[in-house]
Amino acid sequence: MIENIYDIAVIGAGPGGLSAAAHAAELGVSHVLFESSPKIANTIQKYQKGKHVMAEPGILPLRSPIEFDAGKREAILGIWEEGIALHETNVRFGAEVSKIEGEKGAFVVGLSNGEEVTAKNLILGIGMQGNPRQLGVAGDQADFVQYQLDDPGEYQGEVIVVVGAGDAAIENALALAPNNKVYIVNRKDEFARAKEGNLNLITAAIDSGEVECFYGTTPERIDPPADEDHKGVFVLNTLKGEASVPVHRIIGRLGAIAPRRLVESFGIEFPNDDPNAIPALSSQYESNVPGIYVIGALGGYPLIKQAMNQGYEVVEYILGNKVKPADNDLIAAKFSSLPLDLDVDEVLELMRQRIPVFEHVNALQFRELMLDSEVHVLRKGHVIFTRNDYDNSFYTIFEGDVAIEVGEDLHIKSGVGNFFGEMSLISGRRRSATVLAGENCIVIETPRRTMNKLISSVEAVKRVLDQTFIIRTIQQKFAPDTPIEDLQDISEKTQINSYSPGEVIFAEGDPGDSFHFIRSGSVTVSNELDGKEVVMSYVPANQAIGEMALLGNTTRGATVKAAVKTETLSLDVESFQMLSDRAPGLKERMQLLAQDRNRQNLALQSSAEEGGDLLSFLMGQGLGEATDVLLIDEGLCVACDFCEEACAATHEGTSRLNRKAGPTFAHIHVPTSCRHCEDPSCMKDCPPDAIQRGGIGGEVYIGDNCIGCGNCEQNCPYDVIQMSYKTEAPDNFWRWMLFGLGDSPGKASSQGGANKSAVKKAVKCDMCIDQSGGPACVRACPTGAAARLSPEDFVDLVSVDR
Amino acid sequence: MHSSFLSHAKGRYFWVALALSAFSIFLYVIDHPTEPPNGGTWLGYSLGTIGALLIVWLAYLGKRKRNFVRGWGTVKGWVSAHVYLGASLLVVATLHTGFQFAWNIHTFAFALMCLVILSGFFGIFVYRTYPTAQNELKKNQTIDDTFTQVEDFEAQLTRLAAEASNGTKMLLNSAIERTVIGGGYLDQLLGRDNSSLVLDGRVVPNSDQDSALEALVERLARSEGDEHKALSQIVRVFNNRKKLIDVIRKDIRMQATIQVWLLFHVPVTFALIAALTAHIFSVFVYY
Ligand SMILES: Cc1cc2nc3c(=O)[nH]c(=O)nc-3n(C[C@H](O)[C@H](O)[C@H](O)COP(=O)(O)OP(=O)(O)OC[C@H]3O[C@@H](n4cnc5c(N)ncnc54)[C@H](O)[C@@H]3O)c2cc1C
Ligand code: SF4
Ligand code: SF4
Repeated sequence: MIENIYDIAVIGAGPGGLSAAAHAAELGVSHVLFESSPKIANTIQKYQKGKHVMAEPGILPLRSPIEFDAGKREAILGIWEEGIALHETNVRFGAEVSKIEGEKGAFVVGLSNGEEVTAKNLILGIGMQGNPRQLGVAGDQADFVQYQLDDPGEYQGEVIVVVGAGDAAIENALALAPNNKVYIVNRKDEFARAKEGNLNLITAAIDSGEVECFYGTTPERIDPPADEDHKGVFVLNTLKGEASVPVHRIIGRLGAIAPRRLVESFGIEFPNDDPNAIPALSSQYESNVPGIYVIGALGGYPLIKQAMNQGYEVVEYILGNKVKPADNDLIAAKFSSLPLDLDVDEVLELMRQRIPVFEHVNALQFRELMLDSEVHVLRKGHVIFTRNDYDNSFYTIFEGDVAIEVGEDLHIKSGVGNFFGEMSLISGRRRSATVLAGENCIVIETPRRTMNKLISSVEAVKRVLDQTFIIRTIQQKFAPDTPIEDLQDISEKTQINSYSPGEVIFAEGDPGDSFHFIRSGSVTVSNELDGKEVVMSYVPANQAIGEMALLGNTTRGATVKAAVKTETLSLDVESFQMLSDRAPGLKERMQLLAQDRNRQNLALQSSAEEGGDLLSFLMGQGLGEATDVLLIDEGLCVACDFCEEACAATHEGTSRLNRKAGPTFAHIHVPTSCRHCEDPSCMKDCPPDAIQRGGIGGEVYIGDNCIGCGNCEQNCPYDVIQMSYKTEAPDNFWRWMLFGLGDSPGKASSQGGANKSAVKKAVKCDMCIDQSGGPACVRACPTGAAARLSPEDFVDLVSVDR
Repeated sequence: MHSSFLSHAKGRYFWVALALSAFSIFLYVIDHPTEPPNGGTWLGYSLGTIGALLIVWLAYLGKRKRNFVRGWGTVKGWVSAHVYLGASLLVVATLHTGFQFAWNIHTFAFALMCLVILSGFFGIFVYRTYPTAQNELKKNQTIDDTFTQVEDFEAQLTRLAAEASNGTKMLLNSAIERTVIGGGYLDQLLGRDNSSLVLDGRVVPNSDQDSALEALVERLARSEGDEHKALSQIVRVFNNRKKLIDVIRKDIRMQATIQVWLLFHVPVTFALIAALTAHIFSVFVYY
């Protein structure tokens, strides 16, 4: 029955899979490469036409029989095709793997056409893109049914039906509409999933008849064409019954099916339900199923070069060769300043032994973590970070100790194996302490994204960090003079609660039985006045709420709701009683806090109606997660657009703010511009980790290593990221002023000035980190209409007379 | 937090300007030159020098506000100082003249300066009141939103017109097609409305959409049945559209004023600098 047992079967012909298969071919190992699409590297085929593909990280050497260097998508794909041909790689296109059974030495790989192939070892390199959800109706295999749109300009004068209601569907429909007759098919009766900008555009296009929409409609089947002019007839199930549309093209944009389900069905385990979780792998990329290896994006390595290197290495590992990973020298360089005479693997092992948080992290994960991390050998007294700084990397102590200065009088010494910086990591807010290096101090600094990835894939790390966060918060905020040991039992009684935006934490009139400390996110406090909910106040992270319950008030005086995704720590009255017995002065301090709150509420009461509405409006604009936002006072704005011009002039010719766009309420206008979110959505899925959060200002900015993938543009809920070329902003004031020649300073030159061969990269407000004197928009505003505010200012904004 | 250029740094430059003016007046009062006070006494020269330097510095704002990359302080601070010190120039320069006016280049320069300063006062008034007024006018919407609403109303009207008689249809179409918003700067400033309408085969002015509305109301009174039903809706929607167009026109007028006063202020400043140069030159050459 089975004629051939391959030594290695590679699944997925992305950069990882191609490199693995070509290396096996080069070594003469019997192999097969399965690719579900008709061509190699489907993910790269889907990049926009002519995209400049980058070879990040630049310092990492490439180790693969197939070449790869930065260049145009088309050129790279060409080189890869030549590469696999050169090594006589055995590729099978259109072969979608749907099933894996058996075990190491005799895996049976099932294809979706029912065919089965046997192999001793499997390399899984299917990436994270998943497969596009198919229309799933009779006739959907026709060649005029497609699931992506590379170049809208390619189609002219066609009848095209776009199926889907998300951003991709809307963007395609809008792009095609000028030159084609476009229909959009929406299963629901509105475009609820789309971003606001797209929603407005599509609604306008439908109203004007530019795009025709079938609401509440599902595809029924695709029939052969009724006339010669069309390629088929799309039969739809509409609210009013069946409708037939003769078409030239059907574009399905129904999202992708994430590969996780499929991967799990192969027996590979994920550590938890977190959508970002990555299967646990050995340092040789082997999964929990012996003989199945996972490489590339699926294994948590989101860049092309990494995937290719792993493809090479994994074949070596399968053959039993102990090659050093390509990144070995990089890690060795990081360790070069260490006073140790050990090789890379030994240092890594020592680190894992010494630092308990990393105990449950496997060797591969730890290696990757170190690749992103920095090792600092510090002299005594060196300031590692300062209270109120905004950076949020995470530190572990490898040798020596550090002094943590929480307040004037709370100084804590922390030694080998301990960690610090977890407070800002978790809350996304400013540093709550200053940390100084002690004797012989060596610390490891790990960036926020790397830590977050670890937290979402290793449960034990999350648990340890949470426990520490709780106990340190209790000590810092409520019991600075009480030793940590005495707080253990109380911290165990503390709960971590998460709330989605708008969720009620407690309601007015509820029994007051606990109090909350906001560890991330923010909340609004509201009262019911004349049957209408009026927002009285806004409380950002790092503050307590519901404290009045502790002071003997048994019913809640106000409703508290999460303004954004929020996490709190809560303590019941009894535990608080225990705490205040141990922490002298706590009760008095809470009384003072309550007094302040009452005073603030009274101040707001006078302007409750308008002020409350304004606060609700600001929260509705997502300002509850902002750390710094540009707000324009329409009562002062003369629409001169100097803010935009100043932004363009200081930022390579592209303004990162759109003054006109965005809503206004009671004189306050929220322009389209970055809010520097506490937990920035844009940062979540950036392959080269180019989006960073900076020093004192807390600015979220995009580094030069952006590869232009556009993920952040999609992920930002406020539509503030644009993909743009660099342009030169003119600076020719006198010529313009005296002779009226050229554009005024700050106006990007009308010819575009764009160098089209350059890379389109993501741009957004960086709070002018490179400008002395602060944000150019605010400095250029002649009337005082433009101001940048942090959440603490919102309450003043609504209560103070301007 | 937002604060206007007038209240910048708690009105710091107001106090500076006040002190400068008061000090100048003080010197003028205690000074008893041998000749009647004029530009040629030592005080006259001093005040003249201060005035001339102030003028140059005030004019420099036009450059400073476009120094986006480098540039000391904030433009708001500069505007605040510009406004208050510019006002104090009126005192300093007037005292410099010693109230000696005649038909000559010197008084001409002074007159130009007054013109610039007065236009500046107008500018302050416009900057401080129009944005609020515009915002209230548009009820927190952008001008683009308002235009979109007008378009919505027009789409509604076209739909409603389908159910009305041909005459009504033509009336509506011509009213919509011949609505003119904006126009040249002068039209914008004066809020002139060049809209027209074809009525009984003749083109008649339709300023503020009044003629069209009037004609529709007349038709409504004379109509019955379905036509009446359609027309009563049409009149209502048309009136809403008229109101919005009104809003747009007012907004455009204010926005044009905000822009145009600078087109006066700045060229006159250039003329002033030219006249000032001539004034200084003639003083040193002929005296
Ligand atoms: C828009 C965009 C731009 C990017 N730009 C860059 C850049 O400039 N530089 C850079 O380094 N990285 C870039 N990246 C990231 C890069 O594309 C990925 O890191 C890389 O493609 C991952 O390679 P991979 O081999 O792991 O998986 P993929 O490239 O995703 O390949 C997986 C392959 O497996 C196939 N497959 C899936 N399921 C099955 C199945 N069941 N059976 C058989 N075959 C299957 C797929 O069709 C696909 O061909 C970008 C990503 C995006 C989305
Ligand atoms: S780009 Fe968007 S998601 Fe990122 S910080 Fe700015 S507003 Fe938040
Ligand atoms: S910054 Fe944005 S566009 Fe650039 S690589 Fe990161 S996610 Fe992609």
